[in-house]
Parts: sequence; C-alpha cells; structure tokens
Amino acid sequence: MITFEQVTKTYDRKAKPALRDVSLKAERGEFVFLVGPSGSGKSTFIRLILREETATAGRILVAGQDVSRIPTWKVPHLRRNVGTVFQDFRLLPNKTVFDNVAFALQVIGKSRAVVKDKVPEVLATVGLQGKERRLPHELSGGEQQRVAIARAVVNRPGILLADEPTGNLDPETSLEIMALLERINRGGTTVMMATHDDEIVNAMKKRVVELSEGRVVRDEATGTYRVSSR
Amino acid sequence: MRVQFVLSEIATGLRRNFSMVLSVILVTFVSLTFVGAAMLMQMQISSMKDYWYDRVEVAVFLCPPDSESPNCATGEVTDEQIQEIRDQLESPELAAYVDEVYFEDKETAHRLFEEQFADTSLAGTIPVEQMSQSFRVSLIDPEQYEIINEYFSTTPGVEEVVDQNRLLDQLFSIINIATVIAIGIAVLMLVCAVLLIGTTIRLSAQSRRRETGIMRLVGASNTLIQLPFVLEGVVAATIGALLAGGTLAAIVQFFIGGWLQPRVPTFTLVGLGDVVAIGVGLVVIGVLMAVISSLLTLRRYLKV
Repeated sequence: MITFEQVTKTYDRKAKPALRDVSLKAERGEFVFLVGPSGSGKSTFIRLILREETATAGRILVAGQDVSRIPTWKVPHLRRNVGTVFQDFRLLPNKTVFDNVAFALQVIGKSRAVVKDKVPEVLATVGLQGKERRLPHELSGGEQQRVAIARAVVNRPGILLADEPTGNLDPETSLEIMALLERINRGGTTVMMATHDDEIVNAMKKRVVELSEGRVVRDEATGTYRVSSR
Repeated sequence: MRVQFVLSEIATGLRRNFSMVLSVILVTFVSLTFVGAAMLMQMQISSMKDYWYDRVEVAVFLCPPDSESPNCATGEVTDEQIQEIRDQLESPELAAYVDEVYFEDKETAHRLFEEQFADTSLAGTIPVEQMSQSFRVSLIDPEQYEIINEYFSTTPGVEEVVDQNRLLDQLFSIINIATVIAIGIAVLMLVCAVLLIGTTIRLSAQSRRRETGIMRLVGASNTLIQLPFVLEGVVAATIGALLAGGTLAAIVQFFIGGWLQPRVPTFTLVGLGDVVAIGVGLVVIGVLMAVISSLLTLRRYLKV
C-alpha cells in the first residue's frame, strides 16, 4: 500500500537530509508504528506520503501510484484516499461535531444525501453518537480526537496516517484512541502512526519502524519502543 | 452542495473582512469612475468628429472691398477671379481632395450672420456690402486642409483660407488633455486597487488558514479551495464597478443632459446609452482585475 524505494529528502542543500536512503514497504491492512526522537524524520515521512513535499531522490508508491508523478491538479485525489490525524486535532472551532465531519464530504463534492447517511454512521463507529450538536470546545481531548478520526475515515480511505495522535492525551484516553485505530485497521485500512509514546507501542505489539537521523535503524514485525543506543 | 458551500464561504469572507472589502469597493469605484470618464470623453470626441467632419468645410474667403491682405491689393475680388478660383477648385488636380464646392454670396453670408447672432448686439451691425463672399469646400479627407490652404495662399482675390475644423480641434485637444489626466489618475488608482485586492485576499486567506488546511488534507480540489477567495474579490470589484457606472450615469443625466446640453444645442453630447456600454466595460475590467490579482496572491499565500 505504501512503498518507499531508496527515498532521500533534503530540505536545504547545506543541511543534513531529513531522510536518507529509506526503503520500506507497508502492505494493505498493516499497522505500522513509526518511532524515533524528534527530528528523526517521522514527520517528513508522513508529509512525503501526502505529497506535501516531494522526495529529492527515490520513488514513493501510494496505493500503486508513483506520488512524484501525480500532476499537481490530481494531488487532491491522492489525499482523498489517505486519511490524516494530528496531535492538535485540527477541528473547526465554530462548527459542530456533525458539521466538522460533514465538511470533509462537502468539500469533495458529496451530495447532501451522502452526508446525511455517512456522518452519523461514522460518528457511531468512533463512539460519539448523541454528541453531533456539540462544538469542539465542549468536548474532552479524547472526544475531539475521535471527531478528527471520524473526519479522516468518513470517506473510507485505504490509508490512515496518524502523526502523534495521542500526544495531547492522558494515558487512559490514549489507549481508547488506540483501540479505535486498531478497530479501523481491522476493517482493512492500512494505518501508519508516528509516535513517541513507548507504552502504547509496547502494548500494541505491532510492526515498529525506528528512524534515527533520517535512516531506518530497526524494522521489527512485533516490536517494542526502545530508542536505539548510539 | 458545492455551489452552496462556495456561496457560504464567500459570505463568511466578506463579513470577516468587511473594512477591507469596503476599501476595495471604494478604490475600484473611484478608479473605474475615472476610466469611465476617460472613455466617455473619447466617445464624445469621436462622435463629434463623425458628425462635424461631414458638415464643416474649409472656407475660402474672397477679398472684400477694403482688405489689407497682400492678395487683395487690387481691391475687391472680380468676377473673373471668382471664375478662375472656381475652375481651380473643380480642376482634376484638386479632384482627389475636394468633395463638393459651393459659392456663398454676400446675401447668404449676411443672412447666416444675422441668424447666428440674432439675439446679440452684433445683429444688424454689418451691411450686406461688407460681407465676404466665399467658396465653401468640403474635403474628402477633412484632415487634408493644408493642401487647400497652400494651393490658394497666393492666389489673387483670396483673402484667407479657414479650416473650420481647426476650431473643433482646439476643443478636442482640451478634451484630450482631460482624458490623459483622467487616465493618469485611473492608472494610479487601478494600481492601488490591484494591490488592495491582493492584500485583502491575503488577509482573508490567512484568517481562514485552518479551513483551507483541512480542505487540503481531505482532498478538496484546488479550484474549490481558491474559488471563494477569488469570488470575494470579484464581488467587491463588481460592486465598485457598478457604483462607478451609476455615478457616470448620474453625471451624464444631470450635468451633461440637464445642464450642458441645453447650453450647446448644436452638439450631440454623450447620453445614457453610452454609459450603459461603458458600464458593461467597467464591470469586465473590474472582474478581470480582481481575478488576476487574487490568483497571483493566492499562488503565493495559499499553497495547494
């Protein structure tokens, strides 16, 4: 589903590359943790998949498409097939829970009927039924992240990217969010999650890819979080 | 759904940036008013040229009894000289320039003079015998007055060759200067308008960064993300253009139609029909200006 072939990304010719010669393959339906200290290249990795950046060298395939060869005007279509969740939720503060999720469908031109049908369904999936009319600031952090996840998956993307989704949440809430992500993953969605949170990585027993200074230093099928000794 | 979405985004943008939008409206309004005024003045010139160049002739004045012109040293023009001049005007040599020739005798000249100054103190001051006889020559190309002027400048019996278009040309040069000034101001104001639209769109894009970021994230098309911003500028510029059109219409209706026209009944002045045509042009200019400046701004400040 996601393939990196000897990908290098340099932001500035003088600086050290953010990613160096990274090769990685995530199959359809896989759950992959991306771990490593700040500045190790996790965010760059995610931005490359979304084509927010283009690789300096190498090839990236997402859902069978060579990302660097997609013309600019078709990039939105790539992003419709990749859901994204962030640490800071990125909800619209003046829209209700329902409208926040509906927004994602509206802006890609879905009909009112589809919105009416899909939004309650996905809100039930993430456990937010009955809170459709709330505004984001009336919700707890965990609930806000559920709204963000609902928005990311309402369009049924094949891939879900999560950049530190539990970074702002307490451990208990984090585990609830992880359970939700795992359920989405079981539905066939490929999940790739960048995180610092060792407890979560250890508890989930999923594939772990560790980045350090832009290189893959570890790739274990059922790994634990441990920052490699240097 | 999408149309509704775009419309509501425009409404939000216009409301949030109300003061900036208002300034865009005012600046486009003023600049386009000057553009429209320049266009009106040029329309006036060309309609007057069309009208008058067909009617106004070159007048070849013949020597009256006591003229000081060197060509008139022999006294009043004789019948032989008149015939000679007529032959020259109708000669094949001048046929390429001259369209029509007719002779204006003293009685006709006197009657026209009395008509023209009927209600003034000049009426009745000049006896018939003192009027000049003249040939009235209409030219195929009214601009070629000089040829006739030079041809007859030394002919005995010709006192003076007068191109009546010259009088109009003076008026036209005044209008042309006014046009240049109007265009100068218009260009300055248009530059302001373009920059202001750019700034407004930029502010608008910044205040809605969160929305556009999410739109990008969930795969909204570039067109859908940019369209509300572009249309915001277009709406403001269109309102400005319509105000400019309305102002010009009011000026034409009340100042030109109501005040100036009755004072110069012989001229056909621009009317509301001309303003409508110009108004459409102004809206087109306003819209183009807004689209171009907003697209340029968005390319820099709204990464897609």
